Amino acid sequence: MTLKGKAYIAGAYEHPTRKAADKSLAQLHAEVAKGALEDAGLTKDDVDGYFCAGDAPGLGGLSMIDYMGLKLRHIDTTETGGSSYVIHVAHAAQAIAEGKCKIALITLAGKPRSSGEATGTKPRNYGNDSPDVAFELPFGPTIVNNYAMCAHRHMYEFGTTSEQLAWIKVAASHHAQHNPNAMLQKVVTVEDVIGSPVIADPLHRLDCCVISDGGGALVVVAPEIAAKLDRPKVRIIGAGEAPKHQMGGRVDLTYSAAAASGPAAFAEAGVRPSDIKYASIYDSFTITVLIQLEDLGFCAKGEGGKFVSDGNLISGVGKLPFNTDGGGLCNNHPGNRGGITKVIEAVRQLRGEAHPAVQVANCDLALAHGTGGSLGTRHAAGTVILERVE
Amino acid sequence: MSDKRTIPAPHVEEETRPYWEGLRDGKLLVKHCRTCEAAHHYPRSFCPHCGSDDTYFKESDGRGKIYSYSVFRAVPEPYAIAYVTLAGTDISMMTNIVNCDLDRLAIGQEVKLCIVDTEGDGPPVPMFEPV
Ligand SMILES: [Zn+2]
Repeated sequence: MTLKGKAYIAGAYEHPTRKAADKSLAQLHAEVAKGALEDAGLTKDDVDGYFCAGDAPGLGGLSMIDYMGLKLRHIDTTETGGSSYVIHVAHAAQAIAEGKCKIALITLAGKPRSSGEATGTKPRNYGNDSPDVAFELPFGPTIVNNYAMCAHRHMYEFGTTSEQLAWIKVAASHHAQHNPNAMLQKVVTVEDVIGSPVIADPLHRLDCCVISDGGGALVVVAPEIAAKLDRPKVRIIGAGEAPKHQMGGRVDLTYSAAAASGPAAFAEAGVRPSDIKYASIYDSFTITVLIQLEDLGFCAKGEGGKFVSDGNLISGVGKLPFNTDGGGLCNNHPGNRGGITKVIEAVRQLRGEAHPAVQVANCDLALAHGTGGSLGTRHAAGTVILERVE
Repeated sequence: MSDKRTIPAPHVEEETRPYWEGLRDGKLLVKHCRTCEAAHHYPRSFCPHCGSDDTYFKESDGRGKIYSYSVFRAVPEPYAIAYVTLAGTDISMMTNIVNCDLDRLAIGQEVKLCIVDTEGDGPPVPMFEPV
């Protein structure tokens, strides 16, 4: 059983807002749902499968289908943090392949910016029932210092430098200058990044993603539905998902769960990393991108620093154009979860609908990858490989 | 000093009470498995390596090396979070490095146990300081 070729992404929509104090969370979910369905040429009454994650309000999927008035045959609320929505694409394709639904809607929305949430710098308390909390919370773990420990170890083992990490932000900023909705549209230099204040050694402010309100949605459909719709055809040809954790204390911060999800996706798709024309790579921090690029096989382990340098990730300049919307680093990280925007920009690229300044020529094969949770403790990776077909 | 910030008191379950009682007695106890003989952390009833429920606590000598660390500087009193690999084991635990010059920490540096009080009546927690 494979999902290869059994489902298409027919609708994609990214909310233009980056600050939505005046909107309810359910309203944001419904607005992105409407946007993605209109993009596909469908309506809410066509939807028979719904996917959402921990950002959905109330009782998650149930509260949202009640709000939107959906009538469903299939529901899936897989929660793996920011990678959830990449995994939802795969799960939607699987459900469609098994005949459980034909038109699947995936939504993400969040308002951390207007609610003043200190997303990365306040220790997160997952509650006393979470078995790890008593053994971690006393030590002040934040999202930033957790990823920073991964960066430090990578530097120690492989000689990776802050300048190399900075190139990732530089590349994202080159793309974001063409995105009128991006939070950070100014092109930055390596010096700007390493000259910005250190938040948690060795990560600077500009090594971190933005905090934004907003959301996004996707519509995944069966082949016979895609055939009837007047949109470019984006076919799902491979997917992989994998968790990684502390392994009972055998901590290894040098690799991510992408080392398992990536090869699974490539094997199913029957393509290699060197075949990929465009990659959306989860970019909560610059180090997240670097470790994932290695694990996905775009370069050897330890070579990420060299790989990302000198503009190699800039569209039209380097070998692997990445995050041409500006990514989480410059554009948008809605609800502290960037997985859905990764898939949305990959769809834009495959359709030829990215901004002309960043559109990859003849982009017929793309990868979207997400990491959710925290890289240095517990996280899950989702990878999808997509192709454009005529 | 980096340890003036408030250290939240850890929540104690019966499953983990001996670990916290050990710290009150000045000892760092590490869970081991009688079935596969592997150590693990944080402590559980079940060995996460082999699944056995035949686990026991063994005292650590409190020595270790910094596996990785980060000085968190976005607060008035910066502090160092770290993973420390315990001597004689293959396991690393999340902790803080204290009583040190935060600008002179290094991966691979040898450290020793330093038990630090938490808020209120909570049990103390295991931190480390340079040897
Ligand atoms: Zn065991």
